[in-house]
Amino acid sequence: MRKAIRFLRKGKVVELDQFEPTTTLLDYLRLSERSTGTKEGCGEGDCGACTIAIGRLRNGELVYEPVNSCILLLGQIDGCELVSVEDLEGPEGLHPVQQALFELHGSQCGFCTPGFVMSLFTLYHANKPGLSRADVNEWIAGNLCRCTGYRPIVDAALEACCSGLNDAFSARAEQTREALEALHDEQDVLVGEDAGFFYAPANFQSLLDTYAEHPDATLVSGSTDVGLWITKHLRDLPKIIYLGRVIGLGTCYEDEQGIRLGASASYAVAEEFLKTIDPDLDVVMSRIGSKQVRASGTVGGNIANGSPIGDMPPMLIALGAEIELQSNRGRRNLPLEHFFIDYGKQDIAENEVLTSISVPRLKSGEHFRAYKISKRFDQDISAVMAAFCLTVKDGVVEHARMAFGGMAGVPKRAGGAEVAIVGARLDEPDSWVHALSALERDFSPLTDMRASGAYRQKVACSLLEKALLELSDQSAASMRVHGQRAPVFGDAHVN
Amino acid sequence: MSTDLLETRVAENNQLQAVGQPHKHDSARKHVSGKATYIDDMIEPVGTLHVAPGYSTAAACGRITKIDLAAVRAAPGVVAVLEAGDIPGVNDCSPAMGDDPVLVSERIAFHGQLIFLIVAQTRLQARKAAKLAHIDVQAEAALISVADALKADQTVLPDYEFRRGSPEAKLERAAHTVRSSFALGGQEHFYLEGQVAFAFPGEDGDMTVHSSTQHPTEVQHTVAKVLGVDEAEVTVEVRRMGGAFGGKESQANQWAALAALAAHATGRPCKCRLDRDDDMILTGKRHDFLVDLDAGYDGTGKIEAVKINLNSRCGHSADLSLGINDRAMFHADNSYYYTDLTIRSKRLKTNTVSNTAFRGFGGPQGMFAAERMMDAIAIKLGLDPLDVRKVNFYREGENTTPYGQPVEEHELLATLVDQLEASCAYRARRKAVEAFNAENKVLKKGIALTPVKFGISFTLRHLNQAGALVHLYRDGSVHLNHGGTEMGQGLYQKVAQITATEMGVPLSKVKITATNTSKVANTSPTAASSGTDLNGMAAAIACREIVGRLKAFVAERFDVSETDIEFLDDQVFISGEAKFSIKKLAQLAYENRIHLSSSGFYKTPKIIWDRDKVEGRPFFYFSYGASCSEVLIDTLTGEMKVERVDVLHDVGKSLNPALDIGQIEGGFVQGMGWLTSEELWFDDVGRLRTHAPSTYKIPTASDVPEEFNVSLFESEGNPEETIYRSKAVGEPPLMLPISVFCAINDAIASLNKGVLPKLDAPATPEAILNAVQAIKRGEVD
Ligand SMILES: Cc1cc2nc3c(=O)[nH]c(=O)nc-3n(C[C@H](O)[C@H](O)[C@H](O)COP(=O)(O)OP(=O)(O)OC[C@H]3O[C@@H](n4cnc5c(N)ncnc54)[C@H](O)[C@@H]3O)c2cc1C
Ligand code: FES
Ligand code: FES
Repeated sequence: MRKAIRFLRKGKVVELDQFEPTTTLLDYLRLSERSTGTKEGCGEGDCGACTIAIGRLRNGELVYEPVNSCILLLGQIDGCELVSVEDLEGPEGLHPVQQALFELHGSQCGFCTPGFVMSLFTLYHANKPGLSRADVNEWIAGNLCRCTGYRPIVDAALEACCSGLNDAFSARAEQTREALEALHDEQDVLVGEDAGFFYAPANFQSLLDTYAEHPDATLVSGSTDVGLWITKHLRDLPKIIYLGRVIGLGTCYEDEQGIRLGASASYAVAEEFLKTIDPDLDVVMSRIGSKQVRASGTVGGNIANGSPIGDMPPMLIALGAEIELQSNRGRRNLPLEHFFIDYGKQDIAENEVLTSISVPRLKSGEHFRAYKISKRFDQDISAVMAAFCLTVKDGVVEHARMAFGGMAGVPKRAGGAEVAIVGARLDEPDSWVHALSALERDFSPLTDMRASGAYRQKVACSLLEKALLELSDQSAASMRVHGQRAPVFGDAHVN
Repeated sequence: MSTDLLETRVAENNQLQAVGQPHKHDSARKHVSGKATYIDDMIEPVGTLHVAPGYSTAAACGRITKIDLAAVRAAPGVVAVLEAGDIPGVNDCSPAMGDDPVLVSERIAFHGQLIFLIVAQTRLQARKAAKLAHIDVQAEAALISVADALKADQTVLPDYEFRRGSPEAKLERAAHTVRSSFALGGQEHFYLEGQVAFAFPGEDGDMTVHSSTQHPTEVQHTVAKVLGVDEAEVTVEVRRMGGAFGGKESQANQWAALAALAAHATGRPCKCRLDRDDDMILTGKRHDFLVDLDAGYDGTGKIEAVKINLNSRCGHSADLSLGINDRAMFHADNSYYYTDLTIRSKRLKTNTVSNTAFRGFGGPQGMFAAERMMDAIAIKLGLDPLDVRKVNFYREGENTTPYGQPVEEHELLATLVDQLEASCAYRARRKAVEAFNAENKVLKKGIALTPVKFGISFTLRHLNQAGALVHLYRDGSVHLNHGGTEMGQGLYQKVAQITATEMGVPLSKVKITATNTSKVANTSPTAASSGTDLNGMAAAIACREIVGRLKAFVAERFDVSETDIEFLDDQVFISGEAKFSIKKLAQLAYENRIHLSSSGFYKTPKIIWDRDKVEGRPFFYFSYGASCSEVLIDTLTGEMKVERVDVLHDVGKSLNPALDIGQIEGGFVQGMGWLTSEELWFDDVGRLRTHAPSTYKIPTASDVPEEFNVSLFESEGNPEETIYRSKAVGEPPLMLPISVFCAINDAIASLNKGVLPKLDAPATPEAILNAVQAIKRGEVD
């Protein structure tokens, strides 16, 4: 058992054996280190002013990921390199991304700028020649700027991030890699004592045992939800169990049945697997939160939080996903849709941990469509999330699974519409009417700040109609104002 | 020296001359390296305490029946808890009317009105303690929306009207008429740096406050008033803000007052930095409006009579609502001549946070009404909306605004619009849009080209003054200070460029310093787009004073004529020949006891406004621009994408084209957010529920059109004698994206020709889908 966290900072290892378990990384930077380059704009992961880069090894490779330091817990960076805006300027001058932002007038008030610098730093290190404006837009969707209108910032990104790696960080990448490898141990980490601790087990059994011993502890995976309990709800969470170090819990792989996602796999990692099922998973997942949120947040957390407006559950339910739960009393599996019992109530026992999600591939004749409706295209919570898995044969719908978010207290299937759609012909819009009116009866959604109940109801029907139109029309690409799906072999052969 | 002579000089010496060049923002390098210091980044003295506001979350208005703060006082880290009774001076932080208590004790008038403040060792402790208060409010029926207040007929200020001719009679006789009413939402500023103030108590009751404010003088007033001390005992300083947009004009007062109260009570430095959610709940926003209008016009769309009612939500107090609503009226003509007209404004009182200044200061709302009217007329007549706009433009003989000021540059506007129409291929694209719509059932396109004419000057005449302070040191370096504040717009750099040009020194020799009420006193807010016009001129005047003394000295000393002396490129030129450096001159002048410092004072000429009689010239001049936007909407879901935008904007002779383009692009995107994705949503109780970026959606990078062409209009220069013939640029661009909204309207209108879309702003997916479905059913607005 290690009694301190360790991370790499400016080439040195920092060890901390005393801190409040809920200390955020931003507070550590600004209040303890007194590094005030990193800004707080919102304290809830939505503005990106607090963006810093985390260097870590993925499959042995050093990668830099942008994260929102305002909602990341300090303990979560154990074993990583922490890079903040102050670290980029060297004796040779500004970093290329800083230089480009400077040259191209990328700042006005400058408050958002350190966050953009760090997001662009990670884009720089992603080393992607041939970036488009759209690629940059997606990368910086988690950074808000109220002054510039973004144009010069995107120009700066295109200027700085397309011409290979040539900065101090790439020059010392090998040393950094070695240093991170040296930090990598398989020890459980505990800072604090029984009454209050930050616990980051590496061993799966230690996790289950400790959670059984402390059922009042808070599990934290990416902290993109829990972080807000701390910064916004001001909750006292004395005991934190961090899942991100548990060996195997974040592993994703593919087998004959489909894809198995480890519960603590980040969105970013999971997306690479899930998008091979259908391009719409990619379209929607690239709109979940931001690059920063997807680097930290997990699919497991998106399920475990029980939210009725999470984007993953409707898609996973429509695909027929199953989850696995474990505690020190054993393991069990259940279809994901059964996990959600009622608003705020899930089928999970006090000391159970969600361990994995299994997602089957589409079978022949099955077609998948998913749509996210929100006020803003990027980084917004859905007003309605709809996912359809339709089995079509000879132009006739034979079977359907339709799941919705934002329409009820839980992510939920549209039972009536699923039945009513069977037998509908794709080439006869009149034959869809039954299903559309059944769908209206399936839900009575609420009104809130994201949308009225009436709109939710209307748009849910519209989305079913859109799915059917897209499947019946060869020129499906012209059916969306944005978020175009890549063509899939098979789509053109529906009729 | 005349401005024209200067211009020639600038053109001749553009190598070293500072003005007119695309210099970077003065802090750009510090911004990118994280070294620019904002107030929360300042080194905290040992013993610094932190302030959090306390309010009731249960109700919007009602009598306070219980305030139990025992648990708050007992909470860890709490040093002091202050209530209304602890205020030594006057309990008010309003800009003028005396109707904005810092803390209330008897009743709350809106959700979020402050009842107490907590001073604690750490900010987190202060925030946590705030949650422990037990406050009971006997909730009363609250007026939340404009409609609520209209029904109850509650106002914060008297109604006001512009009137000419006999609009009612003309409306009755007009060949065609249209009537339209719509809602227009407010807007949260969402400056990235939230409200913050840091107060340092000094000896003899002195107080120094670092405040993120556009109006240091008003913060100084407020702090002095609240503490009950003389203004001379309070100093306010601000080096930079992380954005403001009008939201730190009057709205910075309260947090500075809290920090100062806490510092006064504890004798320790106290910082008040609002949490983002508190910031959004507790500070005012852009006024939302309900508008109804009637227009009478002929077969070409030319307007014969207009009746516009502008009803705005002011919130619980007056704040700056007088000027804001006046400005809405001043812009309800936009670029169009109304022969017979009535423009009426109602300033409604609601149980919501007091609405306040926001880039455009009411102008955008008025202008939006004019553009909705143009669209309505065009739809009714089946004409291209651009043609209807053009037929109504101000022109010779028809160039008097509803408030009597003539539009002198009407030809410029027509030229500018023609140029944009050609450069963006408006007519061809209009045809392409129609062809697209004929072919596509689900997706529809729309296009619109709209003009902007925006009046420059504070309509409160006395605010049109400014001061500056310039020192020349003996090494030839220049210290610059003025009353304008830096919020990202690049004011400091523009004024430094002016100073460098005037003094004949390189820009690098001009030291920019923080705005400070003890250096330049009695300043106006940096607002109304006037920052450079006013402070640039004041700085130039200060420089000219010093330069004048120096020239007289050189003339006498070297026995030459003053007119043969020039200061340029860091050198003293005599009869066109470089003789010695400015540094040498400074040293020499000092030794000869020449005063090397000067203040400068400027007041805008020509403006005069009699509000009661509705006559005069409230604006020194107008800024112009136009934009064309093309959008794509999804008629199934209401989703929308802006596909292309072209902008042509008039900044006169640009002082700095890079900064000007930055203002135009940034203003455009901000205005686009206002009209599309940014929605303020109040619950039944009257609580704002979109009080964080998770629920309140300002544009992100992907909302900016892939094709975004922004150009500066080739201008002969401002016909008025502004600083180097430039024009103000801060606010006008915010109104350019009205074309986005009109393009959405155009797309919806294509679904049922001749019917007006029932589209409210912001055009969220929900608003668009509602309008689509209504027009498909043939419902008339
Ligand atoms: C700025 C921002 C934008 C967002 N945008 C979106 C969006 O577009 N769409 C969307 O769906 N969501 C969005 N979210 C919500 C959030 O990202 C997701 O809910 C995320 O998936 C949560 O995962 P996490 O790993 O961060 O969870 P955490 O915050 O670590 O945990 C969330 C909850 O799940 C529990 N938990 C986590 N892992 C397990 C486990 N393995 N077993 C049992 N319990 C567990 C925790 O105890 C906690 O109760 C956004 C959040 C932010 C901050
Ligand atoms: S401060 Fe806004 S995302 Fe962290
Ligand atoms: S420069 Fe001000 S928010 Fe981006």
